[in-house]
Amino acid sequence: MKAPSFAYERAESLARACALLHQHAGNARILAGGQSLIPALNLRLSQPDLLIDISQLNELRHITVTATELVVGALTRHADIERSADVKRLFPVLTQAAAQIAHPAIRNRGTMGGSIALADPAAEWPAATLALDMSLTLASERGERRVPADSFFKGIYETGMAQDEMLKSIHIPLPAAGTRSAFGELTRRSGDYAITGAFVTARKSGATLSATRIAFFGVAGQPLLARGAMAALDGTTGDAAAVARAQACLAADLDPIADLYNTPATKLHLSRVLLARLVAQLA
Amino acid sequence: MENAFQLAVKVNGADVAKTVEPRTHLIDFLRNDLGLTGSHIGCEHGVCGACTVLVNGEIVRGCLTLACQTHGAEVETVEGLTESGLIADLQTAFHQRNALQCGYCTPGMLVCATALLTEKPHATREEIREYLSGNFCRCTGYEAIVDAIETTAKNRAAGKQLAATNNAEAA
Ligand SMILES: Cc1cc2nc3c(=O)[nH]c(=O)nc-3n(C[C@H](O)[C@H](O)[C@H](O)COP(=O)(O)OP(=O)(O)OC[C@H]3O[C@@H](n4cnc5c(N)ncnc54)[C@H](O)[C@@H]3O)c2cc1C
Ligand code: FES
Ligand code: FES
Repeated sequence: MKAPSFAYERAESLARACALLHQHAGNARILAGGQSLIPALNLRLSQPDLLIDISQLNELRHITVTATELVVGALTRHADIERSADVKRLFPVLTQAAAQIAHPAIRNRGTMGGSIALADPAAEWPAATLALDMSLTLASERGERRVPADSFFKGIYETGMAQDEMLKSIHIPLPAAGTRSAFGELTRRSGDYAITGAFVTARKSGATLSATRIAFFGVAGQPLLARGAMAALDGTTGDAAAVARAQACLAADLDPIADLYNTPATKLHLSRVLLARLVAQLA
Repeated sequence: MENAFQLAVKVNGADVAKTVEPRTHLIDFLRNDLGLTGSHIGCEHGVCGACTVLVNGEIVRGCLTLACQTHGAEVETVEGLTESGLIADLQTAFHQRNALQCGYCTPGMLVCATALLTEKPHATREEIREYLSGNFCRCTGYEAIVDAIETTAKNRAAGKQLAATNNAEAA
């Protein structure tokens, strides 16, 4: 199908984009990579009056390392992350995850900010923000505010962003010494959305795990931290008994919902399998 | 025309200026306004890859890009690639290996393979399959397409080696 009619403006600055959002509150949509918004328009799931095209705002397309964090501009494309040497050195799980998002032609245009703003429960980046304890800078005419990812996702395609706000940048704290991480997802075909997927990170001193964080996607209405499983692994060596306890916790942690092809029981089982594989990779 | 947009874009090396509606997809602009019907339309929501074209040298979905977003950019389609002669070897390999039957997916496959051969000139069969995973073919079963791309990669590598040897001998 074809998209409905709408007005279009290419924003030449972040300030202009915020002003337009404010002026047309509720009736305008930000157009970043367009890889989710344009399909939604084509299917007429969305009918905005105005598209504010920010895809040319190069000030929002960068990957910067500071003393304490990696800052990723909202317009950084999936392909930019896949190819970044800094990302690969500091957060190899993000390099791996980028390669699992859709297909090369879509990764060339889709952005990390767009994926987080959309908050698709099956998407990789929203879960990554939870596992790596990221925070997000939101901008509007009223100014900027920084929010922890932990409190950003509210439900299916729902976030804590106000109608006149946009996502400006993503902040990832640099890993503490001894941090290990692993990423994995289960799909039927390459490029599909995951049946279940997860990021796991933990600090390792000797063989003991601490500060374990496990974020799942594709199982519930929003990406979520598996807090029970995290607690079950902390203070252990990630041995078979600890993994079994963590796997048992997933029933309450995830409470999976069915998708078109998979029942909640399938999703729970596969999430348990995946968790064991990822914990083994922390070794 | 509602919300008319004055578009200036380079298509296959030629400057084009046209008035478009913002809702016009790049693929419809190429096919309907410019008559470049080499690129095809399948699903119109990013899944099949039939509409793959190059924008500033990168492959994109023509059905998930608005024509007005390419204002100031360079677009290349299978017609441009064909005329330049740059993919003649790839096209010959597709023909020889039977890598097309109905041909509906072929323009998208050729454009995608062009990007792959530039990015990963020594791609393995596994890498070729992965890179093409977003391009559907309902006829060939893919094996022949992978064969054709692998053959082209090998021939290009051998050709380069031959050229390097010849240069060394000439020097
Ligand atoms: C065939 C196909 C397969 C896919 N597979 C996957 C997959 O496996 N995993 C995955 O994660 N994704 C997948 N995607 C989606 C893809 O990753 C999108 O690129 C991404 O979800 C959205 O990013 P975008 O830049 O394209 O955003 P857009 O489509 O431009 O925007 C998406 C939404 O976010 C809003 N928005 C965008 N940027 C901002 C901002 N900076 N501030 C505020 N709001 C903003 C828009 O208004 C819109 O509502 C797939 C897409 C397709 C077509
Ligand atoms: S028509 Fe564009 S991907 Fe199918
Ligand atoms: S040759 Fe018919 S779809 Fe590929």
